[in-house]
Amino acid sequence: MDFALTEQQELIRKEAAALARGFSLDYWLEKDRKAEYPWEFVKAFAAGGWLGMIVPEEYGGSGLGVTEASILLHEICAAGAGTSGASPIHFYMFPPLPLIKHGSADLKGRYLRRIATGEIVLSFGVTEPNAGSDTSRVETRAELHGDRYVIQGRKVWNTNAQEATHIVLLARTAPRDPAAPFRGLTLFFADFDRSKITVREIEKLGRAAVDSNEIFIDGLEVPAGNVVGEPGSGFYHLLDSLNPERIFTAIEAVGIGRAALDRAVQYAKERIVFDRPIGRNQAVAHPLAQAWARLEAAEAICWKAAWLYDRGRPCGAEANTAKLVAADAGFEACDVAVQTLGGYGYAREFYVERLWREVRLYKIAPISQQMVLNYLSERVLGLPRSY
Amino acid sequence: MKILVPIKQVPDTATQVRVAADARAIESAGITWIISPYDEFAVEEALRIKEKRGQGEVVAVSLGPDRVKEALRSCLAMGADRAIHVNDPAFADADTLTTARALAAVIKQEAPQLAIFGRQAIDDDMGALPAQVAELLGWPSLYWIMEEAIAADGASIRAGRQVEGGLEVFEASLPCVLAAQKGLNEPRYPTLKGIMGAKKKEIKDLKAADLGIAPEPPQLSVARLESLPPRPPGRVIGGDVHEAVRELVRALREEAKAI
Repeated sequence: MDFALTEQQELIRKEAAALARGFSLDYWLEKDRKAEYPWEFVKAFAAGGWLGMIVPEEYGGSGLGVTEASILLHEICAAGAGTSGASPIHFYMFPPLPLIKHGSADLKGRYLRRIATGEIVLSFGVTEPNAGSDTSRVETRAELHGDRYVIQGRKVWNTNAQEATHIVLLARTAPRDPAAPFRGLTLFFADFDRSKITVREIEKLGRAAVDSNEIFIDGLEVPAGNVVGEPGSGFYHLLDSLNPERIFTAIEAVGIGRAALDRAVQYAKERIVFDRPIGRNQAVAHPLAQAWARLEAAEAICWKAAWLYDRGRPCGAEANTAKLVAADAGFEACDVAVQTLGGYGYAREFYVERLWREVRLYKIAPISQQMVLNYLSERVLGLPRSY
Repeated sequence: MKILVPIKQVPDTATQVRVAADARAIESAGITWIISPYDEFAVEEALRIKEKRGQGEVVAVSLGPDRVKEALRSCLAMGADRAIHVNDPAFADADTLTTARALAAVIKQEAPQLAIFGRQAIDDDMGALPAQVAELLGWPSLYWIMEEAIAADGASIRAGRQVEGGLEVFEASLPCVLAAQKGLNEPRYPTLKGIMGAKKKEIKDLKAADLGIAPEPPQLSVARLESLPPRPPGRVIGGDVHEAVRELVRALREEAKAI
């Protein structure tokens, strides 16, 4: 068992942190206030070749794994960027994975290079208003007409859809068979054709800088060559996105928790009330120590899940567990930070309230805490399914 | 053109420095180490010279314990071609002159046309090395450089430094020593490809014997480090505003002698 990063991973950690910390908390405050996409940040990472991290070297990337991508995302969040900074970057990490793992040579050749440079901006179209977590009930339909599929339907919670050039899209190509409900779904790598896709932005609690949307797809034409992997097996290919997505959001929650905790600890050392730093009071100190301990524990399961994924081993239980415990640990750390700063914690200019709003998302997305517990009850503990 | 860049690994600027128990060094536990920022200007300038001339070699050099390798690896990630690590316990107590002798010996072995230093390290702020090394080599040294241009034939350099109210431009023959000032350039962040490539580049370990030198006892040694005395507490002047102002002015004039 070896808990040390390799020399290369250590250098990735250090340099990713340096680049991310070049963007101040005020930069993120401003982006949040103006609801402006953090292009400067994304372009800095594109220029450094970071967006091609998981793209194979033969397609212009660096061919690294989910472990290294997790190191990057952790440092972005620990630098205080929050989901505002992590989301635009992680859209270069998990949506392309099914294409990398299952795409045809032709499809990879046409798109991976442009993903690695950041020329392509991806959206991810899985969740639907009438399906939610029950992915087998996706209603968006793709019909084959000659050599093209024509797609009709609706998706919701599409990050990046305002600016996306392409979308990884899940649609039904065969009726739902209750005996094999996840069969008959097909995964497409499609142009984001705005003459056929209408986008409506959803205002939300946090991460105003990065858009979330509802999209309406009416007659989107996708060449049959743009099916990722096998038609009808799209859901199974998608698992190569879904497990890494859980690992990434988990490690991001840990990073956000760390950013908030750092500020709270600093504040507890400096803020003098009743003639002493407030951090001398155990009622202040212990919650901070508790938050630190939970973040450490959550981080450990993130690395385990990433390690399993990168070795091609099953990681569903670990990826889901990482998401579960990290979302709680990250939220608690941010909540403790707000509490430690008292009234100032509630003020925007002290930064932690933005992190608190942003990290809250991870208890809901990419999968709710409750659905993780359902998964663990049924798949890991073998308990009967309740739904 | 071969360019040698000596760098120093120093505590991160955000470190809260504490004096060690023996009062002759700082507490090193828990410190995050970085490349001294002025040295990053030096690395960046060397890379730009190489890129502008379309050929050349940039060699990063450092003297220090094992941890220094991490700083050298960062230079390689930025784009330096290879690195030299002078790693010998014999240098543990080295003063600037001993360090200068070691670096001068490396420079004699490597025979670069240019050695670019940072103007000073941000930990001890000595700023002595560029001049000492230049003196040992018999090379010209140009300090606090804000801009430079090497002649097309590579035989000479024009370099400018800021002086009060203007720029002082020097001309010198190569080889020479430059000491980089803030403003010379904006150091690049290593790219991910640069980081991945850094692993494959060579860091050569050298001992004092490899340089043909036997370090002498330092001529300069730290006698004692002292923390600054804590700031005396401030004083709040309360009461009636008119009287408080009068008292404030009196205190500033008679006690603080500030006005």
